[in-house]
Formats: sequence, structure tokens, C-alpha cells
Amino acid sequence: MKRHLISAADLSRDDAVLILDTAEEMARVADRPIKKLPTLRGRTVVNLFFEDSTRTRISFEAAAKRLSADVINFSAKGSSVSKGESLKDTALTLEAMGADAVVIRHHASGAPYRLANSGWIDGAVVNAGDGTHEHPTQALLDAFTMRRRLVGPDAGLGKDLSGRRITIVGDVLHSRVARSNVHLLTTLGAEVTLVAPPTLVPVGVESWPCEVSYDLDQVLPKSDAVMMLRVQRERMNAAFFPTEREYARRYGLDADRMAKMPEHAVVMHPGPMNRGMEITAEVADSVRCTAVEQVANGVSTRMAVLYLLLGGSEPAVATNHARTEENK
Amino acid sequence: MSKILIRGAKVLGGEPQDVLVDGETIAEVGTGLGAEGAQVIEADGKILLPGLVDLHTHLREPGREDSETVLTGTRAAASGGYTAVFAMANTFPVADTAGVVEQVWRLGKEHGYCDVQPIGAVTVGLEGKQLSELGAMHDSAAGVTVFSDDGKCVDDAVIMRRALEYVKAFGGVVAQHAQEPRLTEGAQMNEGVVSAELGLGGWPAVAEESVIARDVLLAEHVGSRVHICHLSTAGSVEIVRWAKSRGIDVTAEVTPHHLLLTDELVRSYNPVYKVNPPLRTERDVLALREALADGTIDIVATDHAPHPHEDKDCEWAAAAMGMVGLETALSVVQHTMVETGLLDWAGVAERMSFKPARIGSLAGHGRPIAPGEPANLTLVDSAYRGVVDPAGFASRSRNTPYEGRELPGRVTHTFLRGRATVVDGKLA
Repeated sequence: MKRHLISAADLSRDDAVLILDTAEEMARVADRPIKKLPTLRGRTVVNLFFEDSTRTRISFEAAAKRLSADVINFSAKGSSVSKGESLKDTALTLEAMGADAVVIRHHASGAPYRLANSGWIDGAVVNAGDGTHEHPTQALLDAFTMRRRLVGPDAGLGKDLSGRRITIVGDVLHSRVARSNVHLLTTLGAEVTLVAPPTLVPVGVESWPCEVSYDLDQVLPKSDAVMMLRVQRERMNAAFFPTEREYARRYGLDADRMAKMPEHAVVMHPGPMNRGMEITAEVADSVRCTAVEQVANGVSTRMAVLYLLLGGSEPAVATNHARTEENK
Repeated sequence: MSKILIRGAKVLGGEPQDVLVDGETIAEVGTGLGAEGAQVIEADGKILLPGLVDLHTHLREPGREDSETVLTGTRAAASGGYTAVFAMANTFPVADTAGVVEQVWRLGKEHGYCDVQPIGAVTVGLEGKQLSELGAMHDSAAGVTVFSDDGKCVDDAVIMRRALEYVKAFGGVVAQHAQEPRLTEGAQMNEGVVSAELGLGGWPAVAEESVIARDVLLAEHVGSRVHICHLSTAGSVEIVRWAKSRGIDVTAEVTPHHLLLTDELVRSYNPVYKVNPPLRTERDVLALREALADGTIDIVATDHAPHPHEDKDCEWAAAAMGMVGLETALSVVQHTMVETGLLDWAGVAERMSFKPARIGSLAGHGRPIAPGEPANLTLVDSAYRGVVDPAGFASRSRNTPYEGRELPGRVTHTFLRGRATVVDGKLA
């Protein structure tokens, strides 16, 4: 594996499967009475958040703490960043404090790439979402969730998502989740179809390794998982679509549409959900919707990422390690 | 008066000849000229060009002296073989009055490295709403004939029409920065395959092409001439080609970086590649080279845009747009146009000296290398190969996209009216 996790495209198939398998081990730790491992004791993980995202930050925080790392939360608001300090100076400050890993969320696409490649810091950089570029740990937790649901927690070990048909619906143009998922799911052997109004599909999408459709009803019966992206209501002010109601009618997932999906297929959502917009409450609260499960899986997956980037060769969970090796 | 004999220079790339400079003018051109009383420069087969003229330079003074001044910018220009530069109007304050353009013009004269011809803003404060006092700037000591809101597009069709019409009274020309503002809100790079992957806001080709199409039709309608700054797309080339075939009085420029670099470089997220208009695709680059060769695009202009280090040493979205270009322009043109067989050196002289001077109505520059003409000359060692090292730049800024890249050619001497501004590759 590379030293940083900036893009889902950085991961080979074997890297990705290793992360998912390691996340499975981490998930088992969560079932123990004491949910903590000593693996990253004495290491420092900084959560550097230039954009508000409580969900992602606490997920990384929980992951690092369960691995016994020291966690520093650095929020751009109320800090020197809001007084005009540059990304570079912030990075140099963190470096001086001895950060072993920097988990960065930034509103500018490419900021984590710059942080990792500009010589400003030595530590590992984990992209926790950059602009409209990528969100690789979200894609990993999504893949983890799909593998668990479609293959099984034990049966899935060592396996990828070959032949699974995944549909991603919504604001692809502005979605870092979609970009990372297209990369990762393709690497894992899945077939991806993007569904969106043409205004919300980027010019240049033809080079992506996936299909594009404007017709949700046609794609649903052929989907093993349907991932609904959050659609910001403000988009309609920029004429991406006429009204919320029209969007919901054409691209929202309601119970009638869900009924067109195969029996085994799951509904996914990275959150936070716009109930009534891209997803109805009925679908969001159904047993087929994995939104809450995705949150739990997020902690396990991020533990796996931090462990593999920082922990090196030491076994993460001594007792389960041998079994994982056999399944690879 | 001092005499200089340049011996054995390939004038415009032709057979080696001697050129005798007497005072500010060229006295003789021929073979076996006597060297009595003259300082001799052995050209030894180097290429002799008329002093280069840049129709599009940002000197940043007044207002952003941290990135460039008239002094450092003209030193950079001389190093690159230029004897005249047109200074863009987007300074602080904006060059939209006779006072500001005269200040810039005087600074150029005082420093003496390179003639500085200020460009006046088309509209007050570059705001696109009210015409600047174009006539006053023309009548000033600076004698402005080129007007541009460069950095911003004159997007209001009525203002553009009026400006095109108004400057006819004194032979002026409007140089348009073609960028439809609504189509480029939040634009960070060329819109296409790479922007889709990188998640950076797209700057679509149509935002440039639609404005050019409108402006050539406006120029035709009111019988004015129009100049298009930094053409960057294959589609823009087609429109200008069509306009010229119709007899519309349009000229166009291309920057060196659009002749060489593509948006693939943006994958590094290194803001040194951030520029406006953005780097386009390989297809665009090839179309621009072809258009420069066949005359559809008239000239090469640098769009030299200095920025301080901190404005580039940051994340892409926060970075300033622009690249320095004066000190590498000729090398890039040699690499992309001469060494590909698309242009000979006479063609380079036409596109980097004769024609830009004509477009800008600049007397005393872009003249033939012949007796009686002003001795504005550039001697180029075209056999030289070197790696670009910005540490050696005369410009105050270092934001070059060519750092570490090997490029051919080096200016060894530049003469401004008979006085050497560059000798053996060093500023005099």
C-alpha cells in the first residue's frame, strides 16, 4: 500500500481487499467488552478539518482512539486558519507537533494531494473528503458494507465484488463520494452505473470506467445495491434541476421504486439524508437501507486504514490474525 | 557614437551576414564589413532577429510591486530578447486614466531596459460598465492605442460595440479577454476528462468561443478591428479562421504555454499550472500550433503574469492564475514551432516582432534588419540546450511551469536602439 490515502485510485485490488479484511477484524473488536486495541499507542493522529463535518470527524476520532492513538482535533473555524493562515503554515505547525498521520477534510479539491506531496509534512495523509474530488474512506466503508450484505461477513473475507452491479444515483457532478466509489468498485470488479439528470453528470464522464443512465426505473431491476447521493437543495437555484419535487419524482427513491429492485438488493446512503428529496422516509427506515450500518462500518474501516498506514507489520488483532491470513 | 559589428549572424535564419550598428541605428548589412572603430561581436552562426515585441505583459506596477515592477519586468523582457512590451492595464490603481498610463510609460523610459507601451483599460476599473477616457489615454505622453480589460472580459455587448467604434477615431484597437463570465463561475481548469476526474470546476471552451464569435461579428458590423488575447481552443481557431476568410479585421495571439502544455499537468494539483485561460487538451495545442503556422493566429504574446511565491504555494483553488513567460517564450516557440518544422526564423520574427508592433501601432519596433532602421536586435544561440532554472530569472517572480524542463535556445545579446541590454546572456 502507498504511504498516503488520497484517492481510491491509489488502491490496488489486493490493497482494497486487505483493508476490507482488516476492517472485518476491527469490527469484531467492537463486539468485545473492551473495544480498544493498543496498536497505535504513542502515535499522534491529527484530524484537520477545514470544513464542518461532525460525522466524518467523530468517525475518524473513534477509529483512532480505539487503536489507542493520541487524537488532536484541529478545526479551521475558531483557529488561526480563519485568521488567514495558509494550508502550508498549518501543515508545518502540525509537523512540528509530531503528527504521525493527518486526516484532512478540505473544501478545495486536491488539498490533501498538495499536503502529501509538497514536502510540508512527513506523516501519512488520509483524505477525509476534498472539495468535489474524492472521499476514499467513504468508498471503502461502502464497499465493506456491500460485501457484508451481499457476500457475508465471513464468506466475504479475501473476496472482492466481482460481478456485482452497483447503481449510484444523484449529484455525481459535485460528489466526491461518487468519484471514489467509481474507482474503488471498479477495482473490486463491480459494474457501476451512474444515474443522474444530465446537468449533474460531469462533462468528461465518458472516460470513467462505468455506465451512465438518465433513467432510474430502467436501472433498478438490474442493481445489487443502489446508492443514493445527497442532493443539495441549493443546486436548483443554479438551474441544475427545476424544482425539488421534480427531482424527487424523477430521481428520488420511494417504496414503489424500491419494489422494482431485486429481493436481495440493498439501499445505501452516505448521509446526511435529505428525506423527501432523494429518498423517502419509508425507504430510509426500511430494513433494506444500510445508512446506519454504514456509520458503524465507517469506524471499523477507518481503524483498518489508520492501522495499515501507521501500524506497519505488527498484527492488529493477535487472536484473529491467523484466520484472516488463511482466507487471503 | 559607438559602433558595434555583429559578425556572421544568420539574419532571420538566413545566410551569415555582418550587421554594423552605428549609434542607435543599423548602418550596414552585408558580408566582410570592416570593423574599424567598432566593438566586434562574433555571432558565429547565431540567429539575429529584430527585437521581440510582447503585446501582452503584466508588469504589476503600480500596486503589486511584490510580484513585479517595471524595472524587474523590463529586465526579464530584455533577458528574453524583447525590446518592447505592452503593459496590461490591470494594475492597482487600474490603468484607466492618462495619469496611470503616463506613470508606467515614464518608469519604462527611466529604466531603459525595454520600451514599455502601456495598454489602457477599456472600462473604468475594469468593471465593464463605463468606458474609460480612451481618448485622453491616447492623447497622453504614453500614446495609448491598445485597450484591454484583460483579466476580465468586456462581456456587455453594447459596451464592447461602443469601444470598438470609439477607438476608430484614433486608430486604436480593443484586445479582448474572451471569457463568458457566467459560464466560468468557479472555473478552475479546462472542462473535460481531467476536470471530471479531479473534481475541479470546469472552464469550458465554449465560454471563450462564444465571446470571440460575438466580437468578430460586432467588429464586422461596425467596421472596426478587434484583437483576441490568448486564444486557447481549437474551436476559437475555427472561428477566427472563418472571420478572416470573410474579411473581418481580426488579429489573434497565442501564448507560449498554450503551444506546449496541456491540462494533463493539472493532475499534480500544482498551482504553477493554473492559468487563465486554462491549459487545454493535446488536440487544442496542435490546432493552435497549426493556426500560428498558417497565420490564422497572428502573433505569440506571453501573458507574462508574475505572482509571489505564497500565491502559488498553496492549494489549487486558493492559488492565483498566471505564469511568467518573458524569459522562456522564445525557447518555447523554438521548441514547439521551429524544431517541429512549422515555422522558420523569418516566421518567428513576423510573429514575435513585426506583427505585434503593427497590431499595437508601435513605431520604431518590429522593423526590418536593414540600413537606417532602429538597432533593436536580438541574437539567439539556437544550438543551446538548457534546463530551465527559475533561480536565474530576472523577473521578481518564479512562477514558471517549465522549471526543470529542457528547452532549446538562449538569447545571448539584446540591443535596444544600439545599446546592449543583454551581453553574453547576462543583463548589461
